[in-house]
Amino acid sequence: MTQPSTTSSGVPAYGRFGGFGGRYVPEALIPALEQLEEVWRKAVVDPEFVGELERLQRTYTGRPSIITEVPRFAEHCGGARVILKREDLNHTGSHKINNVLGQALLTKRMGKTRVIAETGAGQHGVATATAAALLGLECVVYMGRKDTERQALNVARMRLLGATVVPVDNGSKTLKDAVNEAFRDWVANVATTHYVLGTVTGPHPFPEMVRDFHRVIGVEARQQVLDLVGRLPDAVLACVGGGSNAIGIFHRFIDDRSVRLIGFEAGGEGVASGRHAARFSAGQPGVLHGAFTYVMQDVDGQTVESHSVSAGLDYPSVGPEHAHLLESGRAEYRPVTDEEAMEAFSLLSRTEGILPAIESAHALAGAMKVGRELGPDAVLLVNLSGRGDKDVHTAAAWFGLIDEDGGTVLPATSEAADGATDDDGATGTGVQL
Amino acid sequence: MSVGPILEACRAEGRAALIGYLPVGFPSVEGSIEAMKVLVDNGVDIVEIGVPYSDPVMDGPVIQDAAVRALEAGVHLGDIFSATRAVSDAGAGALVMTYWNPVLRYGVDRFAGDLAAAGGAGLITPDLIPDEAGDWTAAADANDLDKVFLVAPSSTPERLTKVTAACRGFVYATAVMGVTGARASVGEAAADLVARTRAATDLPVCVGVGVSTGDQAAEVGRYADGVIVGSALVRCLTEAPTPQEGLEALGALARELAEGVRRGRA
Repeated sequence: MTQPSTTSSGVPAYGRFGGFGGRYVPEALIPALEQLEEVWRKAVVDPEFVGELERLQRTYTGRPSIITEVPRFAEHCGGARVILKREDLNHTGSHKINNVLGQALLTKRMGKTRVIAETGAGQHGVATATAAALLGLECVVYMGRKDTERQALNVARMRLLGATVVPVDNGSKTLKDAVNEAFRDWVANVATTHYVLGTVTGPHPFPEMVRDFHRVIGVEARQQVLDLVGRLPDAVLACVGGGSNAIGIFHRFIDDRSVRLIGFEAGGEGVASGRHAARFSAGQPGVLHGAFTYVMQDVDGQTVESHSVSAGLDYPSVGPEHAHLLESGRAEYRPVTDEEAMEAFSLLSRTEGILPAIESAHALAGAMKVGRELGPDAVLLVNLSGRGDKDVHTAAAWFGLIDEDGGTVLPATSEAADGATDDDGATGTGVQL
Repeated sequence: MSVGPILEACRAEGRAALIGYLPVGFPSVEGSIEAMKVLVDNGVDIVEIGVPYSDPVMDGPVIQDAAVRALEAGVHLGDIFSATRAVSDAGAGALVMTYWNPVLRYGVDRFAGDLAAAGGAGLITPDLIPDEAGDWTAAADANDLDKVFLVAPSSTPERLTKVTAACRGFVYATAVMGVTGARASVGEAAADLVARTRAATDLPVCVGVGVSTGDQAAEVGRYADGVIVGSALVRCLTEAPTPQEGLEALGALARELAEGVRRGRA
């Protein structure tokens, strides 16, 4: 067994997964990271903390989340059985709430009164704003200017929840720059503020701690699949931005050697185009945002800007444990293009009545490929990490349902009638009215 | 060559050293090297040569802006060695300040070798703590280079001991919790941090606290072994209508700061 990170608390070297991870941050933050680790490790063995987190998961998040088998969608996946883990049904609409509730409770334990967060798609920002409202914490969310524009609905949601949203105009104006700004805030305000980092990267203990708060996804799903199918799935699939939903569903399966773990990165306009966020296809090991992991960078070690139709996957780095799972051979990672993801988005919507987040649609596109490879006897477990309500504007624009000003584009009546003759919309070519 | 002897000479003169930061590549590689020479000609003892980086989490708006513009103008990591050579030839200490990933990508051993060959004194590493610096420590020791790590007001006595034990050259005290940038008041936190750091080490302790005037340099120079000035110098260049006016403003500020550290303990 070359995979050392198989227990919920064990990492092989201090704060490392294999050679990846570590703490590449200013000295000023080290005491805060040490305090966080100490408070966290005590909390997770304290029945009071564990009980409170479980109570919130049950009565607030809505855990356990269900699984849903999707046979009409599966017809386009080589006939394999496809089972979705419905993290999209969690309160706030994605898996992000799992981690945020844990960290918000830790914030209270540390006696801090203010939380900050970065967000790309807005899912983590909304979850953090929600937890802050619930627990009476001040909340500031940093979000790249470009993301505030393509996820305007989530900006409004965060503000309605009482959070302050700060648009970030530096660099690529996306998630990477929001993380930079959050670190700058944290260094200045660390005495009163906890940085609720939203994914499984950053300095130790974040990658391990955030993973453990999401581990419930795989713990539940493994039993649910066993109950439904009578055996383990052949493959577990998830999209990978920073990698929190993926590690959350993967981790409980790491010791199940028969189960393939497959992560799907944003291939954007294609890896060859250079406009993508396929860190494992086109990045190299390096340091970004406190962790040694895979980073998209140029020959001088400058971070290269990523691109994806999905704001939540538009990030040039990835959690260090994923880098380790790749190098140890336990997991595989593949790119999915914008086009493939949007096709899967359309397909799930029209065959199953479920609008997925565009992030999660990357995993669905992966299921279409993997299902065809493995054939009809295969069972695929896909993490549907978020719902697509926040993406309606992006998807509507992609499929030409709205014009540049956001106005509705409607066909003439006769065309609409023709369009309706399409059997179930599962042609994979997009949405027709 | 270590900056240690420069700091000792300043101490013998009864004053703090003046350490000035500028990023290489702004407004151009040649322009930045010329600006660094202006610093040396006007009393700066050690030049902190900054490597522009895409994700400078420790830096405030002034240095971020200069870094972005330097990268857009096409600066490359290799240019750092030209600047190092120029500063060293001008007679000042040449310390490079860099976030870690550019060094990692270049190759830690190769970087250390090339830096030493260019006359560089060593590295200041804002996002590399001694706990993660095994490769750098080995490469620095093999090439006789200074290792300047940072301490902060939040540093515990245990961290101060650990970090200072890993330093060579001096200890960099970031006396404000926050990003780089000029501050109206340098406050008492800096003196307190210097005192706590001195309890852990005999190395010189140099302070970065947002100094922008001669009076502030004098004040900090009373208790610190070196006064580090960054954003205020960079701003001379970024806000100047023409490069020539930028260099004039830069020289004037350097003279004011150099005069400040000289009267600090008078």
